[in-house]
Amino acid sequence: MDGIHDMGGVDGFGPVDAPPAEPVFGEDWERRAFRVSMATMMALQPGGGFRHSIERMDPAHYLSSSYYEHWLTGVATLLTEAGLTTNEDLDERSGGRFPLSRADRGVAPATPEPDRTEPRFKIGDRVRVREWHPSGHTRAPRYVQGKRGVVTRLDGAENLPDFEAHGGGKVLDPTYSVRFTPRDLWGEGGADGATVNVDLWERYLEEDA
Amino acid sequence: MSHDHDHGHDHHPEPLAPIEARVAAIEAVLTEQGFFDTEMLDQLVSHFEDNLGPLNGAKVVARAWVDPDYRSRLLADGTAAIAELGFGGPEGDHMVVVENTPDVHNLVVCTLCSCYPWPTLGLPPKWYKAPAYRSRAVREPRVLLAEMGTELPDDVEIRVWDSSAEVRYLVLPERPSESEGLAEEDLVALVTRDSMIGVQRL
Repeated sequence: MDGIHDMGGVDGFGPVDAPPAEPVFGEDWERRAFRVSMATMMALQPGGGFRHSIERMDPAHYLSSSYYEHWLTGVATLLTEAGLTTNEDLDERSGGRFPLSRADRGVAPATPEPDRTEPRFKIGDRVRVREWHPSGHTRAPRYVQGKRGVVTRLDGAENLPDFEAHGGGKVLDPTYSVRFTPRDLWGEGGADGATVNVDLWERYLEEDA
Repeated sequence: MSHDHDHGHDHHPEPLAPIEARVAAIEAVLTEQGFFDTEMLDQLVSHFEDNLGPLNGAKVVARAWVDPDYRSRLLADGTAAIAELGFGGPEGDHMVVVENTPDVHNLVVCTLCSCYPWPTLGLPPKWYKAPAYRSRAVREPRVLLAEMGTELPDDVEIRVWDSSAEVRYLVLPERPSESEGLAEEDLVALVTRDSMIGVQRL
């Protein structure tokens, strides 16, 4: 989905606030949020569904909350969707409003997709990233969809999270690193002297004829 | 904000429950469902706090600086070479090491979430997961690096790596010229987390 999480190239966020050092967990609730997230992932095995539970957050809530609040909101959403609690129950237990993510609009393929393990592309091939803006989970960032680039590395077949996140099971698909120039990505606004290398599954790519 | 300012729909939903109370609510649900083994989870958290962190990555870098054969293996198969030093596991089983040279500078980002090589760098710092870094690293890396204190000459090529699939990246920084003659264990102390993400040159 073209969610708030998909931030590559978005303007306006200002300088990076990078203190020289920080503890692994700044506050005790962050450590506890990490624990409940790990416990939920072990219990539900959501795969790509965990990332997608965060991607579905209300955009205003996403931007106004910190990282481990994203995790907490995601796992609360997954536990609710798994029928282990309800939003009303969580409101009551927490003594206020417990915001959850939006409903999952993604769909699994109608018929099971086959594993693909033999890469179709080789190093140096020019490819175009498909442009399809799915309603569900994908790892093809919006800023490369529809863009042309060059395959620079083959990384082997991996589970494609797009299907698994919506109940489509684990399906293998070759992965690649694809190199884009700033002109490829940002047109006349692209600066020289940099490349952006994005790791993409084969089902995201097509030949650049 | 004015409270008598009414557009005819709900601008004032019930306030959010405090974050600590929301965490406690999920802890209670998981406990009731039998999914909350606090002893095991605390061990896991301690593992992240005590065993995983940039010191591991620094040992990899220092070894590559003193041992050309190791450096070759590291660049050819990062996962296997890092495992030689005892580091591996989740978010570290598809490692690619990218080498800085006088002409090339590498920078690692995850624009979609927070992908990061846990075994060699630990959990990512807050800024790595925040919108400013994730949005700008792919759009204006040279400006961003300069703002973060790393001014690169225009003729240095920047390679940004967006870890959007299963590979996790570690930058192999250049060995500082003034480090000639230092022993491997002393070199470890020179290697910073930020240099292995690529926002700093040593």
